[in-house]
Amino acid sequence: MSSKLEYDVIVVGAGPAGLSAAIVLAKAGVKVIVLERGKFPGSKNVMGGVFYSDCMKGIVDEFPGKAPVERHVIEQRMWILDDGSSVGFNHRNDLFNKKPYNCHTVFRAKLDRWLAAEAEKAGALIINNTVVRAPLMENGKVIGVKTDRPDGDVFANCVIATDGVNSLFAKAMGLRKKIKQDAVAIAVKEVIGLDEEVINNRFNITGEEGVTIEMTGSYFSGETMAFLYTNKKSVSLGVGMVLKDVIENKINPNDLIEKLKKHPSVAPLIAGGETKEFLAHLIPEGGYKEMPKLVGNGVMIAGDAAMMVDAIHREGSNLAITSGKFAAEAYLEAAKNGDFSEKALLPYVKKLQDSFVLKDLKKYKGVPELLQTNKRLLLKYPKLLNQAAFEMLNVDGVPVKDKEKLIWKTVKKEIGIGNLVKDLFKLWRNMA
Amino acid sequence: MEEYGMKVEDKLYLNGYKTDEAGGSHLVIKDVSVCESCELKQCLYICACSVYEQNENTGRIEINYEACVECGTCRIACDNIDWNYPRGGFGIAYKFG
Repeated sequence: MSSKLEYDVIVVGAGPAGLSAAIVLAKAGVKVIVLERGKFPGSKNVMGGVFYSDCMKGIVDEFPGKAPVERHVIEQRMWILDDGSSVGFNHRNDLFNKKPYNCHTVFRAKLDRWLAAEAEKAGALIINNTVVRAPLMENGKVIGVKTDRPDGDVFANCVIATDGVNSLFAKAMGLRKKIKQDAVAIAVKEVIGLDEEVINNRFNITGEEGVTIEMTGSYFSGETMAFLYTNKKSVSLGVGMVLKDVIENKINPNDLIEKLKKHPSVAPLIAGGETKEFLAHLIPEGGYKEMPKLVGNGVMIAGDAAMMVDAIHREGSNLAITSGKFAAEAYLEAAKNGDFSEKALLPYVKKLQDSFVLKDLKKYKGVPELLQTNKRLLLKYPKLLNQAAFEMLNVDGVPVKDKEKLIWKTVKKEIGIGNLVKDLFKLWRNMA
Repeated sequence: MEEYGMKVEDKLYLNGYKTDEAGGSHLVIKDVSVCESCELKQCLYICACSVYEQNENTGRIEINYEACVECGTCRIACDNIDWNYPRGGFGIAYKFG
C-alpha cells in the first residue's frame, strides 16, 4: 500500500490555465501536481491557433523565446461570405511586425508541451495518462481527487479545475448547470500542409510573418465562425457553428468544413494542400451569462472549464492563462491563513472582475443571445452586403442612382426600415 | 446537406489514436429504447467523426468509439449518452492540436 499522496495544490488538466497556475504556484514554492489525461500535455488540446503574447508576462521570462510558435501575425482579415462572393476588411500594420509580437499562430500539442516543461522546470510535478474521475470531499470541502489509477487518490489543500470545456469536474462539484446547446460551438479544423514559399506568396508575407482570416456570413446556414491561419509549412482551416444551429439545421461538421474549402475566396488559398490532421473541439461561447460558479470550498475553476472565451475577439487561451495565474495568486493569499474555504478563495473572483477577463466577458454578455435570437444579423445582412457591393462595383450601363435605389428597395423588402433601425440600435447596445 | 469532397474516414486515418481495446467504449448509450423512439437521431449527423452509425439490419445505433476525438458535442446534443473520458493515455493524441 502506497503512502497517502499529499500536495498543496492539485491542478486538473495541463492546458494553458492549469499550467500557468502550476508555474506561478511552483515558483512560489508551493507543492503542486498537475494531472493530465493525455499521454503528454497538449495531446488532447485544440484551438484555432492564435496565441496572444501579453498574458505570458509573469509566467515565463521571455515569450516566445524558445516556445514553439509558428508565425507572428502582421495582418488580420475579416470576411463576410455569401454564396460565391465575399466582402472583406483587413488590417496590416508595421507595429505588428515589431517585438514583442502581439500574437502568433501556434499548435497546441507543441505549445502546451513546452509550457508543461516550463512548469516542471519551476518545480511542478506533471503526471500524464491520468484521468481525474471525481472530487474527494470531506465536510463539504474538496480535499483531493480520485483518479483512474490504482490507489489513485491524491489529496491537497485546494484543487484548481482547468479540465477544459467539458469540465466533468465542475459538473461533479455541482458548480455549473448543464451546458446549453446554444452556449457551445462545435468547431472542426484541418491542418493543411503547403510549401513555405507557396504560403508566403499566397498571403503576401515573408519570413516569419503570418496572416489570419476570420470569416462569417450567409454562406453558412447558422451562427458560424470560420478561420484560416498561416503556420510555417501549413495553414489551419477551421469552422465552428453553434451546436443548437447544427442540430436544428441538420449540419454535419465535416460537410461544413468541406463546404468552406469550396468557397471561391478560400479554395485558391488552400489549393494543392495536403491535410495532415483533422480535429474537432467544443468552443465555450455562452459568455458571461453561462459561466459556472468560479469558486467553492477548496476549489477554483479557470479557463475553458469556466467558459472564459471572448468569441467576439477570438480570445480564449489568454483568458485561460490569466485566470490560471489569478487562481494561483488567490491560493497564495489564502495560504497565509491556511484557510481554503470558498470565502477565503473569493479574491480569485475579485481579480477576474478587476481585469480584462470579466470586464470583456461582461461587456459582450448580450451578444450570444442577440446572435441566436436575431438570425437576420448573420444570415440576411451578409447577403445584402455582398449584393450591394456587387451592384456598386459591377459596371453594366445602369446609372449609379438607379443602383442605389435598387439596393434600398432590396433592404426594405428583405429587412424593413423599422427592423434595420432596431438591429443597428441593438448591435450598438450590445457591442459598444 | 450536399455532399462535399474529402470523406471523414480518410481524414481520421491521419490522426493518432491509441484505442482502449481492453477497456472498451468510453461512450455508452444509457437506454437503447430512447434511441428507438428518437425521431431526430441527431447523433447520426452532429458528430464530426461519424462515431454514431445506425445498423441497417437491426436499426440500432452503434458507437465507433475508436474514431472519437473526445470533443463532447454528443454529450451536449443528447442526454441519452453516458459520456466519459477514455482511460488515461488512451484515445486521440494530436500531433499538431
